[in-house]
Amino acid sequence: MSNKVTLGVSVAVLATMAAAAIFAPVLAPFPPNEMVHTPFDAPGVGGVLGADGLGRDMLSRILYATRYTFVATLIATTLACMLGVSLAIIAGLSKGWIDIVIGRAVDILMSIPQIILALIILAIAGVSLTTLILTMAVLQSSTYYRVTRPIAGDLAAMEYVEVGRLRGERLHWYLFKEILPNMVPSLLAQFGLGLSSAALFISSLSFLGIGIQPPAADLGGLVRENALALSTGRLTPLIPAFCIALFCLSVNGIVDWLVGRFSDKPDVK
Amino acid sequence: MSGNRILSIDNLRVETRTGVLLDDVSIHVDRGEVLGIIGESGAGKSTLALSSIMLFKAGCRPTAGSITLGGQSLMGLGTAELETIRRTKASYVAQSAAASFNPFYRLEDQVTEIPAMAQKLTATQRRRMAIELFEELQLPDPENFGRRYPHQVSGGQLQRAMIAMALINQPDLIIFDEPTTALDVTTQIEVLRLIKKVASTHNCGALYISHDLAVVSQMADRIVVMRNGKMVEQGPTRQLVDNPQTDYARRLVAHQGDGSYATANGSDKTLLDVRNVDVGYGGVAAVKDASIKLGSGSVLALVGESGSGKTTLARSIAGLQPARQGEIRMRDNLLTPLVERRSFDQRRLVQYIHQLPDLALNPRQTIRDVIGRPLSYFHRLRGASAEQRLRELMEAIELPAAYLDRYPASLSGGQKQRVCIARSLAAKPDILICDEITSALDPLVEESIIKLLTRLIKDEGLSILFITHNLGLALRFSHTTAVMQAGRIVEHGDTRAVFEQPQSDYTRSLIQAVPQLREGWLDGFSANAA
Amino acid sequence: MVLFANSPVKSFVVARVASGLVSIFFISFLVFVGTSMLPGDAANALLGQNATPETVLALRTELGLDQPLPVRYFHWLGNALHGDFGTSLSNSQPVINLLVPRLINSLILAFSAAAIVLPLAVGIGLLAAINRGKAIDTVTGSISAIFLSMPSFLIGYLLVFIFAVKLGLFPPLSMVRSSASLPTWISALTLPVLTLVLVAQAHVMKLTRAAVLGVMSSDYILMAETKGIPRNRIILKHALPNALSPIVSICMITMAYLIVDVVVIEAVFNYPGMGKLMVDAVAYRDIPMVLACGVLFSTIFISLNLAADLLAMLVNPRQRLPRKGN
Repeated sequence: MSNKVTLGVSVAVLATMAAAAIFAPVLAPFPPNEMVHTPFDAPGVGGVLGADGLGRDMLSRILYATRYTFVATLIATTLACMLGVSLAIIAGLSKGWIDIVIGRAVDILMSIPQIILALIILAIAGVSLTTLILTMAVLQSSTYYRVTRPIAGDLAAMEYVEVGRLRGERLHWYLFKEILPNMVPSLLAQFGLGLSSAALFISSLSFLGIGIQPPAADLGGLVRENALALSTGRLTPLIPAFCIALFCLSVNGIVDWLVGRFSDKPDVK
Repeated sequence: MSGNRILSIDNLRVETRTGVLLDDVSIHVDRGEVLGIIGESGAGKSTLALSSIMLFKAGCRPTAGSITLGGQSLMGLGTAELETIRRTKASYVAQSAAASFNPFYRLEDQVTEIPAMAQKLTATQRRRMAIELFEELQLPDPENFGRRYPHQVSGGQLQRAMIAMALINQPDLIIFDEPTTALDVTTQIEVLRLIKKVASTHNCGALYISHDLAVVSQMADRIVVMRNGKMVEQGPTRQLVDNPQTDYARRLVAHQGDGSYATANGSDKTLLDVRNVDVGYGGVAAVKDASIKLGSGSVLALVGESGSGKTTLARSIAGLQPARQGEIRMRDNLLTPLVERRSFDQRRLVQYIHQLPDLALNPRQTIRDVIGRPLSYFHRLRGASAEQRLRELMEAIELPAAYLDRYPASLSGGQKQRVCIARSLAAKPDILICDEITSALDPLVEESIIKLLTRLIKDEGLSILFITHNLGLALRFSHTTAVMQAGRIVEHGDTRAVFEQPQSDYTRSLIQAVPQLREGWLDGFSANAA
Repeated sequence: MVLFANSPVKSFVVARVASGLVSIFFISFLVFVGTSMLPGDAANALLGQNATPETVLALRTELGLDQPLPVRYFHWLGNALHGDFGTSLSNSQPVINLLVPRLINSLILAFSAAAIVLPLAVGIGLLAAINRGKAIDTVTGSISAIFLSMPSFLIGYLLVFIFAVKLGLFPPLSMVRSSASLPTWISALTLPVLTLVLVAQAHVMKLTRAAVLGVMSSDYILMAETKGIPRNRIILKHALPNALSPIVSICMITMAYLIVDVVVIEAVFNYPGMGKLMVDAVAYRDIPMVLACGVLFSTIFISLNLAADLLAMLVNPRQRLPRKGN
């Protein structure tokens, strides 16, 4: 029962955040990059959430930042998932040297701390939204590979797949009829976890100043810009960080529900 | 009650939040007596066994009745008191010795844990206690056996070590919970003989739980038959075996067979001819120089203990594990070693059924998808003609057509295996390869599957290669039998001839080791073997 | 050692060390190739915009940049093995001189956090597992779920807000010099260490709980119950030793992550560690510095993961000893 409540709240929170991201241009009371208030205006004085150190409207900036964080997170996670799952299925079905090469490459990728590798890649390739998303996708794909590869291997060794082999079925049959349908629950759960870890990761990079570049800012970038204002005794500089936490909590709430639902046997008709 | 009564359980009821596990069960055990408990999976045997020491799985609790062990009522006792009773009055021998020993400690330390807790013992004293028991249980090198860790000894030895552990506190009651189910028949015999000896020399009472009536009949003085948490029948062993009162018990006894052979109805024509086949993984040969023949319309049983190579041979015939040497012919057509290279018709004519239907059915496909695929793949059946054939197949496996829209998860084990059979039939094969297809099923379900196969041989003109470790089943069901040992065929011929005049010593020892209902079989075996 | 003779440990150690070395070798090579594909190279960077083509060419020859890539890589690798990581582009000092004091600062931070969080979180995880489903399990589970969803800089700034801004107990920034006195060090370290502790405790607690629960559902625990062994003894003598192997592994891996987590925490507190150094180097595109920091971070991370595997193996007799007795 309490699981259902968590699910409802999580969906509501995510829907609100998604709406804020999509309709940011309509909802934002001011242009995000223009100095419309006096710097460090208190909430209520200059805008609902006050102003930042340059006099820009905090609420407007947060709405736009949510947009950046959402887009970057979604695209990076989707790409990572597609890349990791494809590699895992190829490795699981082909066996032999292809499997070994992919496996070793992923091992190496995973043995290097992700944030360090991201810093190196961004240092080499330069910081831009595209490189950020691509870097994230490649780094996080190893997680999907690691989750999917044993499932793909187990499924390929499942006796019902062997029955297909005895019959002489072709690759697309295994993939779409036997393997993928059985992977969906664990993939969905992993995708959810991936979303929250990607959001945390992108925010951390932006917080370090090597994510989305000013004057644009995602939620992590906003914390970086406004952290010094903490000394004024206001918590408003941390609102973007709370948004990230709320996003991750909600996604995890949905994942918990999914895992609980699919750990039972599939539905009986 | 007499002073000899060790355990009495009266009107016991055990419930979970959602259902009843045991309902109105009453049993008793006297000193020097073995009470057998028999039943299929889910009958409540293990719950009953553990309840005699007031141990219940999470979420289960006794809601009525009484349990008295060694004159002391256990209901309502505190945790500490119960622990003392378990340490001093009873012992438990579990099915899987490999999982029941703690991997972290040496065997002697685990065997002597209870006495070492009760009083200060030196390492030498502990070791001496253990060695004494290891000697009694005829373990190899008893002086050093206890120095080993569980993963360093074989399954049969571990099982004996667990019996040693059960004896260390000189209990009044020993609970044997399927102690030989995980063992091969020849190993089983040794352990059974030891248990029997131990139970009589130590003058305690014992509960012996098994799903195998023949085994229980050899071990127990009295037998309780359980089903769905209720007692179906109880009585002295001979009375229950010779003159069962309830229908269920009668079927259990009948399942053991009356020693009669299946009547051959096939022609002499050879359908499948396997000659000098070698199969191996890397440098290891799992099957060496194996030759077998399957006659048209007949059943060939391929028997042997685990690891003998019977499944590997069957898989090489199916083309899943290519033979390195030798040839496989079906009606004078040479079958290529690898299934991917075989022709459309060759793939259709040989069908393979796996041991575990749970793994052989995709959980996300309905029964209609499962059986329908070979129809469309091999016979291009679509629409109404496919639907017609689907219904015929469901009828053939004796399941309602409404089940077509169900998922495997909502079917019982036996029903799932029937679906696997229907999937094979859908291809219209000549040969069915059945790999231990009944070994995961309860005895009576096994019986119904065998009946179904017997009918299909007649109706569909099938020939069956039947792989099994169960010799009794081979005797009842097959027309010819091949025996495998360590990758080789050591015996091959008419089933009656194989069982009545076995040519190899190995076959003879296998046949002797099959538990029988006959009185004194185990004791006679001991005399013969010694 | 007798313990190791004829055991699978030796071949395992060799294989794991080899694969760890391959990973480090791979990342250094990757980075090296990547940097060499950059439009401008070190010669341009050092000389700046007004350099004539001649001076650039001369410097390129001097730096060995006209050599083929593999030659340059092995040259760099050979030097790196002797502690020579080249010259910082932004600072003109040898990389190694800038790196060592920062590395020490980072290690102080990470190890202080580990010393607190490992016993604490393992203890809480144990408590949660033993009291599964009870209040303490639910409460610790919910708290760790919240911390797992927070970006680490949020935890850091919340601590700053409470303990530095509102209560004034500790400095909001931790820009210490190595010459600072011990009390200064402690007060500077408290908030960053506390942040790392909060970041890591949720992971360690969750993993420990899962490891212990896995062991508690084993058949040998049921066996111990049938033998009438008291519950405390079952947990201490039968469950814990078997959970030791995964817990040791969890601890080492946590150490590895702590050393990497310092990157963000150091930025929050402006703490002069290697993480801050690397982030600044990335911002300035000081490639030799980025390369050195990256390889060093990776080496520490990989070594700790390797140690995790080895220790976990040593405390498990099933892996330590061969199947057949002697």
